[in-house]
Amino acid sequence: MARLRVKFTFPPDLVREPIIWEIGRRFDLVTNIRRADITAEVAWATLEIDGEEEEIERGIKWVTEKGVRVDPVEDSIIEG
Amino acid sequence: MSFANALRCRECGREYPLSPNHVCEFCFGPLEVVYDYEAMAKKVSRKSIAQGPLSVWRYADFLPCEGEPVDLQAGFTPLIPAKNLGGLLGLKHLYLKNDCVNPTWSFKDRVVTVAATKAREFGFTTLACASTGNLANAVSAHAARAGLEAFVFVPSDLEAGKLLGSKIYGANLVAVDGSYDDVNRLCAELGDRYKWAFVNINIRPYYSEGSKTLGYEVAEQLGWRAPDHCVVPLASGSLYGKIWKGLQELTKLGLIDAVKTRMSGCQAAGCSPIVTAWENHTFNFRPVRPKTIAKSLAIGNPADGYYTLKIMAESNGAGAAVTDDEVVEGIRLLAETEGIFAETAGGVTVSGLRHLVQAGHVDPDEVVVAFITGAGFKTQEAVENALPAAIHVQPTIASFEQALAARQGESAPVTGAASS
Repeated sequence: MARLRVKFTFPPDLVREPIIWEIGRRFDLVTNIRRADITAEVAWATLEIDGEEEEIERGIKWVTEKGVRVDPVEDSIIEG
Repeated sequence: MSFANALRCRECGREYPLSPNHVCEFCFGPLEVVYDYEAMAKKVSRKSIAQGPLSVWRYADFLPCEGEPVDLQAGFTPLIPAKNLGGLLGLKHLYLKNDCVNPTWSFKDRVVTVAATKAREFGFTTLACASTGNLANAVSAHAARAGLEAFVFVPSDLEAGKLLGSKIYGANLVAVDGSYDDVNRLCAELGDRYKWAFVNINIRPYYSEGSKTLGYEVAEQLGWRAPDHCVVPLASGSLYGKIWKGLQELTKLGLIDAVKTRMSGCQAAGCSPIVTAWENHTFNFRPVRPKTIAKSLAIGNPADGYYTLKIMAESNGAGAAVTDDEVVEGIRLLAETEGIFAETAGGVTVSGLRHLVQAGHVDPDEVVVAFITGAGFKTQEAVENALPAAIHVQPTIASFEQALAARQGESAPVTGAASS
């Protein structure tokens, strides 16, 4: 089993879709939201995802293809 | 002796012991070092600081380190009155904080000297980072100084000067084929897997404290007073927030009067999530995919973006975004008026300052400090095509005078000033 801590940022057109619920239905993954802010202008959630490493990769690929931006929970850790 | 006593989550306030940890286990918020300011106030004074070394370590009591510093003498860089540039922009009291003259030619030496010291204290033997160049250079040099191994990860399309500036110190330079986001994700994953001191991941709470020294120095160099206005380039937003924190701490310790400094920030238009949010009057920024020559500021999803916007609102500061052409103009303007050759971030700051003045966000009578964070020799590609060719002559007076006559009327300096 593996565990990934990530931040999902949703574009406005995806805010009404139950993406996090769906990732748990489509893939053998357990999601646990730790912090989120969903408004008309911005929508993000930090969450922990548990599952087999390959399953996590498949799930992340699926949400990315849906148009969700996936970042580490730290946001951009790359620095000048 | 350090007065740091815990790490605290900036979101939920939970506290953790001082350890190589950067994210709150509960809410995933970022951790920050907290200090015993009461005890610190009993020890520090203007006099005790003045007796310290001419480096960031004159403020050792304000930093979270116990051990012998890994020291290349970063910091205590010049604060230069900029009469030429100030006059051109209509500012009576403009100063430039010239951090180009640090050991690896950028302000990143300030944060890395603290991070490397802390990493060695924690017992790490490898120093690492994810970087767009300047940080990689600083990590490589400080690792060499400390006898630590270094792994630095950068996007593979970086400027040549920045790649060389890491390799020369014997670091393992890892050039990643992919976008900034790809490098970012890879390093976050590596940070979980390898027992390395990733200065901007697991050591980040300590590392970022090094930037506070810019605030301390500016106040000390102005004769123990805070500037009226700071103009800072924004990447992750960490530098901006720590300058503010540094000034606030000096007030808390009774070393300067209450801070009324306005904090303004500048970004390149090709990567301006913070400035765009400021323009839209929101604290929620939208992540972007960077597209700018100002690679050291090309952070599309800034870790401290929200906190930056809060300080901007609280301090009545402003934001400015500049085009890549204006970045080049800013570099040239700074060089031609004040003799300082800055990298692209400096061009962003100077052109951003010009925007802020034109928009009425800077009062001509304010004491303004613009932060020039890195030297231009690292990003020569940005300006090489914008500059006139050398005057090529044969070794005769006739050839020289002929060439000089041909040059007259050609590309004037960006200031428009006549040559003498």
